[in-house]
Amino acid sequence: MSRGPALRAWLAAWARHLRAGDLLVLGLAVGVCVASALALWQGGRPDKAVIRAGGKVFLEVDLTAPRLVEVPGPLGSTRIEIQPGRARVAADPGPRQYCVRQGWLATAGAVAICAPNQVSLALAGRNAAYDSLSY
Amino acid sequence: MTPSATEIELRPSADDHRVARHAAAAIVLTVAEAAIPLPLPGVKPGLANIVTLVVLARWGWREAVWVALLRVIVGSLVLGQFLAPGFFLSLAGGLASLVALGVAVHLPRRVFGPVSHSVLAAFAHFAGQLVVARIWLVPHDGVFYLVPVFALAATVFGLVNGLVAARLMEDDGAA
Repeated sequence: MSRGPALRAWLAAWARHLRAGDLLVLGLAVGVCVASALALWQGGRPDKAVIRAGGKVFLEVDLTAPRLVEVPGPLGSTRIEIQPGRARVAADPGPRQYCVRQGWLATAGAVAICAPNQVSLALAGRNAAYDSLSY
Repeated sequence: MTPSATEIELRPSADDHRVARHAAAAIVLTVAEAAIPLPLPGVKPGLANIVTLVVLARWGWREAVWVALLRVIVGSLVLGQFLAPGFFLSLAGGLASLVALGVAVHLPRRVFGPVSHSVLAAFAHFAGQLVVARIWLVPHDGVFYLVPVFALAATVFGLVNGLVAARLMEDDGAA
């Protein structure tokens, strides 16, 4: 327990050399670190969802407000749910439900394809880290 | 030996000796630092800059330029890096940080100490390196992906080097 005061004295001996302007410069430096990380390391965030039916673009929606989209296909209607920053196929008339089981897509480039009903949902972003992602 | 009429005599002044001594200390730190394994090329503590900071505070910017550039050139010769890509990166970083130091010394001394000089120089150093790397070595914007890593390294090592330099000058009075 005698280590506490010694450590504090040691730190104080170093901190004595920090002047007011130094703290300002350090604050700015940390700000640059955080700002650059936020600006450069968010490539995977999607901006919008692209819904295709029968190979043609059916709808492009911004991922800003929650929304439900019904997309008609040869088997029936595929329901796509949009939420801020993510989207999913909520219901699909296809037999195997692969696109529904993929769940929420939240990365730019992610794609859910409901092949039997010829509907696909893809997320696009300005600086996408991947061209295409599927699971 | 009788001096011939054409012989040029070099008389190193006290200033020259001082520059040489400081440059030698900086070169030793460069070589010692090269032995430390580091996870990412380009990220290193830059301990030799402690010497530059001390020279800057005690003897002024011109002498700091001499010491820093001698250190870059001789350090690369010793490590076998002279004129290799790493040498040009060091040179670009060194020149950029000297420019930053040239500006930073004019900040009021009472408020901005060696830590400010050190952090500003460290940021200029990685910026200079990055510009050369982007233009010449990795002509792709992908290098900027590493900016946050370099910025963090510049902050941490800038702080540490600045504190060490400040402590070395503890007895300098106002400096």
